[in-house]
Amino acid sequence: MIALWLIPALPLAGFLANGLLGKRLGKSFVTAAGVGAAALATAAAFSRLIPFLRGDGSPVIETIARWIAVGDFEVDLALRLDPLSALMVSFVTFVGFLIHLYSVGYMRHDETAAGYARYFAYLNLFLFAMLVLVLADNFLLMFVGWEGVGLCSYLLVGYYFERRYAADAGKKAFIVNRIGDFGFLLGMFGIFSLFGTLSFSEVFAGAAADPASYAPGLTLVCLLLFVGAAGKSAQVPLYVWLPDAMAGPTPVSALIHAATMVTAGVYMVVRCNVLFRLAPEAMAVVAGIGAFTAIFAAVIAIAQNDIKKVLAYSTVSQLGYMFLACGVGAYVAGMFHVMTHAFFKACLFLGSGSVIHAMGGEQDIRKMGNLRAKLPITFWTFLAATLAIAGIPPLAGFFSKDAILAGVWEAHRPLLYAVGLFTAGLTAFYMFRLVILTFGGAFRGSEEQSRHLHESPASMTIPLVVLALLSVVGGWVGLPAVFGERANRFAAFLAPIFPPLTENEAGGHGLAHQTEWLLMGIAMAAASLGILLAWRWYARGAGRAPQRLAASFPAAYAFLADKFRVDELSDAVIVRPFAALARLLWKVVDVLVIDGILNAGAFLVELTGDLLRFVQTGNVRNYALSFFLGLVALLLFVIGAR
Amino acid sequence: MIGAIPLGDVLLASAALFVIGVAGALLRRNAISIFLSIELMMNAANLALVGYGGALGTAEGQVIVFFIIAIAAAEAAVGLAIFIALFRHTETIDVNRINLLKW
Repeated sequence: MIALWLIPALPLAGFLANGLLGKRLGKSFVTAAGVGAAALATAAAFSRLIPFLRGDGSPVIETIARWIAVGDFEVDLALRLDPLSALMVSFVTFVGFLIHLYSVGYMRHDETAAGYARYFAYLNLFLFAMLVLVLADNFLLMFVGWEGVGLCSYLLVGYYFERRYAADAGKKAFIVNRIGDFGFLLGMFGIFSLFGTLSFSEVFAGAAADPASYAPGLTLVCLLLFVGAAGKSAQVPLYVWLPDAMAGPTPVSALIHAATMVTAGVYMVVRCNVLFRLAPEAMAVVAGIGAFTAIFAAVIAIAQNDIKKVLAYSTVSQLGYMFLACGVGAYVAGMFHVMTHAFFKACLFLGSGSVIHAMGGEQDIRKMGNLRAKLPITFWTFLAATLAIAGIPPLAGFFSKDAILAGVWEAHRPLLYAVGLFTAGLTAFYMFRLVILTFGGAFRGSEEQSRHLHESPASMTIPLVVLALLSVVGGWVGLPAVFGERANRFAAFLAPIFPPLTENEAGGHGLAHQTEWLLMGIAMAAASLGILLAWRWYARGAGRAPQRLAASFPAAYAFLADKFRVDELSDAVIVRPFAALARLLWKVVDVLVIDGILNAGAFLVELTGDLLRFVQTGNVRNYALSFFLGLVALLLFVIGAR
Repeated sequence: MIGAIPLGDVLLASAALFVIGVAGALLRRNAISIFLSIELMMNAANLALVGYGGALGTAEGQVIVFFIIAIAAAEAAVGLAIFIALFRHTETIDVNRINLLKW
């Protein structure tokens, strides 16, 4: 049995090796250390997953050391492996390994040895932080990982820091995340004041044992935790950093901003499901925000022309789905979507990376077209992932999205269901718009680009193929109940994470089979409609219909193309007033008041010195006289005191 | 012996000596004169100590005075050495003209 701490320690070792020595030892060393660390971590993670797959895995807690002990406040450096974290660790390391492999091909050309080493060091550090996040056995250690992934996100978004927009995007990601982190921190304080401990097992056991007494305080705690989750997982209104984060290298977008880090918020909510289930108001907020984010981002994605921006908004939208699932209590469906989304969205991002690579850095889909001919592997894998995200059976996305929609239906939330369904149609539409514009039609790029077009090297296509396969078959572990009582092995696998809280909640009756078939049919119909529309407009109509539509409503289209001008709004409402306040504090408070007080003090001292220095005559007899006078004064004083 | 003289008289003499010393130290400009005045003040203190010692009938006063005399000898050596060094440097021992160290 491999010790649990080894799983995060391996990427950490890779980070140290690449960060300290990589620059000197060259690219092949960096490749070996970076990819090797990820591969070993993956192997270690899977070796620990096996007992859980066999069904005999009870939660394992491995305490490394006592970390903090101050009075009643005790925190251990402890790692926890249960079905939830085992699942997360497995797909984080696995997808992480594939993306490390992909990066070898992607980053090889254009980077110096130092940049290459820096890239892999950060990537390994990210993997380490993410594994700490998911393996942590208490909120504080989770927070360490939480901050760590935020840091790595900042470092990797700003990887091309010599470009102004990349550096700005990195800062934006970091600052917006900070707002969420603050919520998480406050939530953690709340948990400590309620339960007196931060250990997962103790908090959840405490809450489950006496739900009634904790319930009032839990609503606030859960809302604060959700603020943290919304920041990390890019929910409205904190989603603004994620589209900008696409300034980083594409494999980074795939790993951090699609497959793993952004799902940390969902993971946290699922991890705290005991708390959230006791706070129905907080759950309602989660569901509402999730549904709104899903449709909001999907609408924006329709009018984007940057291949990575479309995928970024799609990610925001899909994350909204996951929160929608959590909010209606369908945590399993949410986690299921986290996993399938990791496969197909990573595949899509890596595919887009392959396209950008072939196009020599071009990201505008209006200048692509007919790439199917030159990049067949990229095309087929991209198509498979697109079908998966659009929700076409029997691909992975269909089952996870269907599970979410069924969960929403089961929770009797018709409005949310309608939003989810409509978003499913939109998703299919914008994804096929993307595929058709990128891979179909005629090539619209420059002559030079067309000569340069080539399929990517094997280190890039292998991850694509593996992820595409997983996008196809990954959903089969969680078939809905109509395929048999035990078809949803995913739900059975995660069941230990959801202890029953109250008698009436035990439910689990599920939907009638007819309803379930019907829901699947409706979801499929919505997806098919979206695809059909995209096909009619962009493949058959060569984009004339949407152009006419945009021309008839120029203001509305511009508003949509500008992403609802949310950035402009936050710029006007938050950034500029804040900058004005900062300028006020700088020019008035700091320069005038604080510096003024300081300078006045210094001036006073100088003036006093200037006057007093004339006492120093240099004449010894004057000094002697003052001694004498002092002595007389002292004597008079002593005699007078008598 | 000293016990025969009343303490008041001894102290009076001591005070007179001290005041003369102070006046000399403050008013004279020759460094050696100032030095001598300081010696005078010190000996005023010695006299007071001996007077008190006699009045109390103990030996401590006189013992302390022996120490002071020994130290004063050393001090005189150091002081005179300083004056010589000073004179070699400035060719004067008029303290009014040795006033470089000011504002």
